[in-house]
Amino acid sequence: MIGRDILGIEDLSRSDIELILETAKQMQEVGRREVKKVPTLRGRTLINLFFEPSTRTQTSFEIAGKRLSADVVNFSVSSSSLSKRETLLDTAKTLDAMDPDVVVVRHSVAGVPHRLAEVLQAPVINAGDGAHEHPSQALLDMLTVIEEKGRIEGLTVAIIGDIAHSRVARSNIYGFTKLGAEVRVAGPPTMLPADVESLGVKAYTNLREAIEGADVVMALRIQMERLEGACFPSVREYAATFGIDREKLRYAKEDAIVMHPGPVNRGVELAHELTDHRPSVILDQVRNGVALRMALLYLVAGRPRQDDPASHASVATDLDAKRGGR
Amino acid sequence: MARLLIRNGRLLDPSQEIDAPMDCLIEDGRILGVGNELPLEGAEVLDAEGGWIVPGLIDMHAHLREPGQEYKEDLASGGTAAVAGGFTQVACMANTDPVNDDPSVTKYILDRAEKDSPAKIRPIAAATRRLEGRVMTEMVALREAGAVAFSDDGETIMDSSVMRRVLEYSRLAEAPVIVHAEDCQLRGLGVINEGPVSTRLGLPGNPVAAEEIMIARDIRLAALTGAHLHIAHVSSAGSIGLIRRAREEGVRVTAEVTPHHLTMTAEATMGFDTNTRVAPPLRSAADLEALRNALAEGVIDVMATDHAPHASYEKEVEFTEAPPGMLGLETALAVTLELVRENFLTPLEFIRRWSTNPAHLLELEGGSLAAGCPADVVLLDPDREWTYDSARGFSKSRNSPWSGQTLTGRVLATIVDGRLVYHHERGVLMR
Amino acid sequence: MAHSDAPPDAAPHVRLTDVADITDVVETDSPIPRERTILDDQAIRRALMRIAHEILESTDDPDRLYLVAIPNGGVPLGRILVENLESLCGLRVPLGILDTTLYRDDLTKRGSRPKLRRTEMPSSVDDRVVVLVEDVVSTGRTIRAGMDALMDFGRPSHVRVVALVDRGHRELPIKIDFVGKNIPTQPNEKVIFRADKSEGDEDDEASGVGLLHLIVRAGGAS
Repeated sequence: MIGRDILGIEDLSRSDIELILETAKQMQEVGRREVKKVPTLRGRTLINLFFEPSTRTQTSFEIAGKRLSADVVNFSVSSSSLSKRETLLDTAKTLDAMDPDVVVVRHSVAGVPHRLAEVLQAPVINAGDGAHEHPSQALLDMLTVIEEKGRIEGLTVAIIGDIAHSRVARSNIYGFTKLGAEVRVAGPPTMLPADVESLGVKAYTNLREAIEGADVVMALRIQMERLEGACFPSVREYAATFGIDREKLRYAKEDAIVMHPGPVNRGVELAHELTDHRPSVILDQVRNGVALRMALLYLVAGRPRQDDPASHASVATDLDAKRGGR
Repeated sequence: MARLLIRNGRLLDPSQEIDAPMDCLIEDGRILGVGNELPLEGAEVLDAEGGWIVPGLIDMHAHLREPGQEYKEDLASGGTAAVAGGFTQVACMANTDPVNDDPSVTKYILDRAEKDSPAKIRPIAAATRRLEGRVMTEMVALREAGAVAFSDDGETIMDSSVMRRVLEYSRLAEAPVIVHAEDCQLRGLGVINEGPVSTRLGLPGNPVAAEEIMIARDIRLAALTGAHLHIAHVSSAGSIGLIRRAREEGVRVTAEVTPHHLTMTAEATMGFDTNTRVAPPLRSAADLEALRNALAEGVIDVMATDHAPHASYEKEVEFTEAPPGMLGLETALAVTLELVRENFLTPLEFIRRWSTNPAHLLELEGGSLAAGCPADVVLLDPDREWTYDSARGFSKSRNSPWSGQTLTGRVLATIVDGRLVYHHERGVLMR
Repeated sequence: MAHSDAPPDAAPHVRLTDVADITDVVETDSPIPRERTILDDQAIRRALMRIAHEILESTDDPDRLYLVAIPNGGVPLGRILVENLESLCGLRVPLGILDTTLYRDDLTKRGSRPKLRRTEMPSSVDDRVVVLVEDVVSTGRTIRAGMDALMDFGRPSHVRVVALVDRGHRELPIKIDFVGKNIPTQPNEKVIFRADKSEGDEDDEASGVGLLHLIVRAGGAS
């Protein structure tokens, strides 16, 4: 997977996902040592290119890189290319000239990492592009579920909230369905995107029906600044209809876990009592985030080498040649 | 007495219902006649290489960006791209800088075109001042200055009372009002069709309802006022239903469709290529099918490119920041010939929708090879393959989703007013 | 051609060549077998018992012993050594598992990142006599990586190395303290250690390890 872009869960096969999760499991152990550092990516450069501010994700990638001994450089670009009069292409070419080994990109508009990846020789990891995808988040969510439940196949996962504007929702939908879970989405009709069931999920506008018998209840963050009054009339009404508390959780399975990508709007998506204690696994998600991102960096950082005799592709060709193309 | 004889081709003239191997004789810039026994004496001969001989194509919807935005295109480069694409006449939209809302701008465009453009340029003037949708323009004066129609294209007149008066007044100027029908509030931030693709990509969607609502409104106003309403770039099956019903009721409504809406669906945006961002957006497969049928049936009268050049630096930005639009003049013929190859249109009906019908709608001389008509003739080979590279095209801009593709259907030569202005081997020759 | 220690991804559960390959070999002139067993289960176990004795003899302080196996091959060997040491002196020496993949010096040269294996270090290495356990040592690079990893875990008082097989071709100054067998080999040969699973849970140390095999495979891509 060296040199491969991680732009979305949509482009990952089931075995790709399984490899990443397996690797992340081993990386968890590094986080439990006293010296949380291995020399694996020593001398490699990781550039965090964040057009949209994000302390959590950026810090998580930074810690992940540093634990692998990489040199981490943070570029915070606060304005869009339009106002800077610098095109995305120019930004990409400038970065490419600095020879990074991996570039992590977050942007408020979908598709930006894809365009950058076309120009950058280094692999690009999408840390969130608009409402499109956030693959490392979904992967760490899947890792957390496997830790708790032992598997994903056959589980019922309910994702609640502003599905229409959520990249976390989309990536999780792709990821959990690929690994064989039944995924449900629920939210006010104004927050369910057009034809959402074409993604392979069942859509609900009733929270209780969505949560009934669920193994995993994932609450999404409501961006109140953007939406109040437009997509839903008030925070109060949202909390009453789609907020999750112990009372409503009783419809889910008894051993259901509660997840949230963070930060939580306490009392809105999740009641206070569910945020800090079991069955919430929110802090495990954060912890797994570093291990997961270490796994991604380990697997993709660097540029694929055409002439490498150790690479699987060229070995296969040699063998074929020796066996007369059989 | 300059004579030109075009021979060795299949002559297609929808105005005379001719589809037969025939020659065409031109003298002093006009058609002398078509037939098989035309006199050779004194005539220069042009060999059609077995291809089609057709009346010059007419694009009734293009953005040529002059005055004011010449960095993306101007009348010279746009006119050149046009003749290379088989277009002998181009109607250019008014959203220039300054807007073509005053006879002085109309005259400026005509003057410049006369000097610089190998294709004949027909300006479309704005329907309201500065395209603001509030005060109508001096339509009579603009018509006299040379405008062939009125349109706020790029914008929609949201105030229905203004739209009503614009349509009503247009009858005095005796020219159609061309509308870009889109309820901009309903469209909101939408950049691609609202549907499974926008959901998958997480990009804001623009629902077909935004187009259909405005078309419904404008049809009712056309009925009320008796004006000639022409709907630009129809994109949805629902819109077609509205248009069909209106025509059955006798409303004077005509419609056009673009090459991209006839051949591309929203799936084309899956790679986030900003060259696929267009207004109205690319829609679903069902919409595409309905558009093709409507064009074949005649509910949609013409094809038009909506040629919309943008500089590379304007397009190489985030998808939501990129201005909508793609090039069209140089690729329209090859792209839309697919409809002939897939039997939606016969060759004659195809040419009718690119030449005879636009001439009729805009009351232009053209779209015909009848004796006495201006000698605007195009020779084309519908089966010739070629690779289109927008970086090496005649347009100043490069924003085309077809760049790099092998297309089938090539213009061999373009003649405007009897003069050869483009030849596929010799390039562009100014008229 | 690059050669190295039997790399960590030569899993001990490697399958024998399939029938099609053997058909290829039959076509050659000299009947050299593609694989030969150099030590059978009994011989390996005898060697491991001898090594256990040697380990005990080498230290005055067996309480400070800490066996650290390098996966995959070192793990069953480590388990057997722990049993042997216990039967010899009644001491249950702790067994750690230390994957060295993240410390490899050839990650930049490879076409893909190798699969990570389990690391479990139940005890601290500080002041311990750490005995690294590896199945096949060749260039010495895996042992070097193992030492680097150990240093990140703490400060052992001594580090020793057990190898079931030393096949030579050292590229670094690494010595083996306790060796099962020295086997000179051609660079293009592969030495494979394999431990079959026994009935019972692989993770249950008490259930033991199944049959052991030590094979040399000739030729082919390494």
